[in-house]
Amino acid sequence: MSYFVTTEQANQVLSKLLETYDVYAPKRFPKQGRFSDTDIIRYAKVEKVDDIVYDEKSDFPAKEVINPIQQAIFYFTEDEFRASKGHTRPILLFARPCDINAQKVQARIFMDNGGYQDLYYARMRELINFVLMECPGGDDTCFCCSMGTNKTDNYVMAVRFGEDGLKVEVKDDKFAPYFEGAAADDFTPKFVEENQTKVTVPEIPDKDVLLALKNHPMWREFDKRCVSCGACTIACSTCTCFTTRDIVYGQNPEVGERHRIAASCQIDGFSDIAGGFGYRKTAGDRMRYKVLHKFHDYKVRFGEDMCVGCGRCTSRCPAYIPITATVGKMAAAAEEIKKEQGK
Amino acid sequence: MMNNPVMPIPCEILKITHESDLEWNFRVKTDVKPAPGQFMQLSIPMVGEAPISVCGAGDGYLEFLIRSVGKVTNVIFEKKPGDTLFLRGPYGKGWPVEELKDKHVVVITGGTGLAPVRMMLDKLYEEPDYCKSVHLISGFKNEEGIVFHDDLAKWEAGSFETIYALDRDEKEGWRTGLVTTFVKEIPWKEFDGNYAVVVVGPPPMMKFTGLELVKNGVEEEKIWMSFERKMSCAVGKCGHCRIDEVYVCLDGPVFNYTKAKYLVD
Repeated sequence: MSYFVTTEQANQVLSKLLETYDVYAPKRFPKQGRFSDTDIIRYAKVEKVDDIVYDEKSDFPAKEVINPIQQAIFYFTEDEFRASKGHTRPILLFARPCDINAQKVQARIFMDNGGYQDLYYARMRELINFVLMECPGGDDTCFCCSMGTNKTDNYVMAVRFGEDGLKVEVKDDKFAPYFEGAAADDFTPKFVEENQTKVTVPEIPDKDVLLALKNHPMWREFDKRCVSCGACTIACSTCTCFTTRDIVYGQNPEVGERHRIAASCQIDGFSDIAGGFGYRKTAGDRMRYKVLHKFHDYKVRFGEDMCVGCGRCTSRCPAYIPITATVGKMAAAAEEIKKEQGK
Repeated sequence: MMNNPVMPIPCEILKITHESDLEWNFRVKTDVKPAPGQFMQLSIPMVGEAPISVCGAGDGYLEFLIRSVGKVTNVIFEKKPGDTLFLRGPYGKGWPVEELKDKHVVVITGGTGLAPVRMMLDKLYEEPDYCKSVHLISGFKNEEGIVFHDDLAKWEAGSFETIYALDRDEKEGWRTGLVTTFVKEIPWKEFDGNYAVVVVGPPPMMKFTGLELVKNGVEEEKIWMSFERKMSCAVGKCGHCRIDEVYVCLDGPVFNYTKAKYLVD
């Protein structure tokens, strides 16, 4: 069932929903951008429909609500670790198809990989109800259509924002009562069918081609260009990597909190081991590691590419490295190698 | 309540042995029964968690060789028997002990790489009929770096064929040179193809030992290596140990060389 609600009615629906749910959506934070006089759009709790930024892509992904940059996972004393309590209220999470599909990608790692289910991700996902924000498209860094992540049916409600009001499809009947008395509508969400930017994911047929691709000179370009800041992985809708760190309260080092903090494979030290050894010591090698994961390695393990084509890594890169051009170069290099190896 | 696979479990320290100035062997009380070559996650106060291989096991206890890295005030090294260590695990796939049965076994270790094979070597020592022979090449950087002195002496006196070496320094009864130097001294021909090789040590040592073995005609599918990576979670979530589609914590740390040689970071 679909409805049309005026902005005023929508605010009434939202306040009723807020009695039960926490509502997270992309929100504008004026003058908090990285350049002077620019804003930042990131996920936060909203209480009014006007707070929701629907006509611009958020700078940071919806994943921040589900697995935050930093969270306490345990409280400990000398003789006990106790898991943190975590969020308890159910959540309505406004997200575009790329961000919703990104959670399918994250879930394969957090919920399934190795047969271990991560408590912190699992308990948060149980609380999440996706509200699909119909994507107007038009952002020149997006390439969801190339990655097959432009569509989804994983939502409880879908919304199209307009100047005089909202069109809402209620897919999960438990939300129908909130719209009692609202005007009926025939709205169903449309999905972006074509992006300005297209990406060809390389075919890597075997380990020998992969090995040659890892050693290809194309990665050396990034030794100079990439500044290893990790902004791309923080902006990424699908990156899951984290490090565990203990924070102590005072003099006693055995009383404190164990935190999970987002980690980046782009930052030197990510793979350091005892005895002073480490792997991927150049920015180019780290770039190669990230790009191959998103466009090859994850797929070998889980059957689908990891990248959802949200383009945020491109938007956030301070060195203006577009992921689409990098994948294009990698595809060309793979073709060159296959020709050399007669494959 | 959902199960929490990263919940650390308190274990009482039973005994601390100084294997070297920097490497101490902690014996802790636990009923966990890891397979040789598996590892556990150890909580290090003020730091976080680090993977640590199980270097010994007995009735109701496990042993872990812990190195003082000296970066932070290392609270672990102030602990005494009766105090608590937090551990979880075991994790990963260990040595293919079944594969070694009735074979000539060659074990090559570099430095503290001896720790992850010590439990398996103990089994082979206790059960001399389990395999046809055991050749052990153990190399250390210098005299100060030698660990498990008592075990080395015990194995040498027992049925193992041993070559103990220091990289550059001289030591009575010991050889001088990198472990790769001694690979050709193993009587590969006498094994008649019925052998298995186990390699563990720092990354460059494993790389060059692999190449040297192949140069000596050793078949790749008969070589096994254990990879060291710094996992934060050990359950396939944190990403630190991933190489290509492989998670060292889940699919390793022990890999056959046919797979290991492609695992380029």
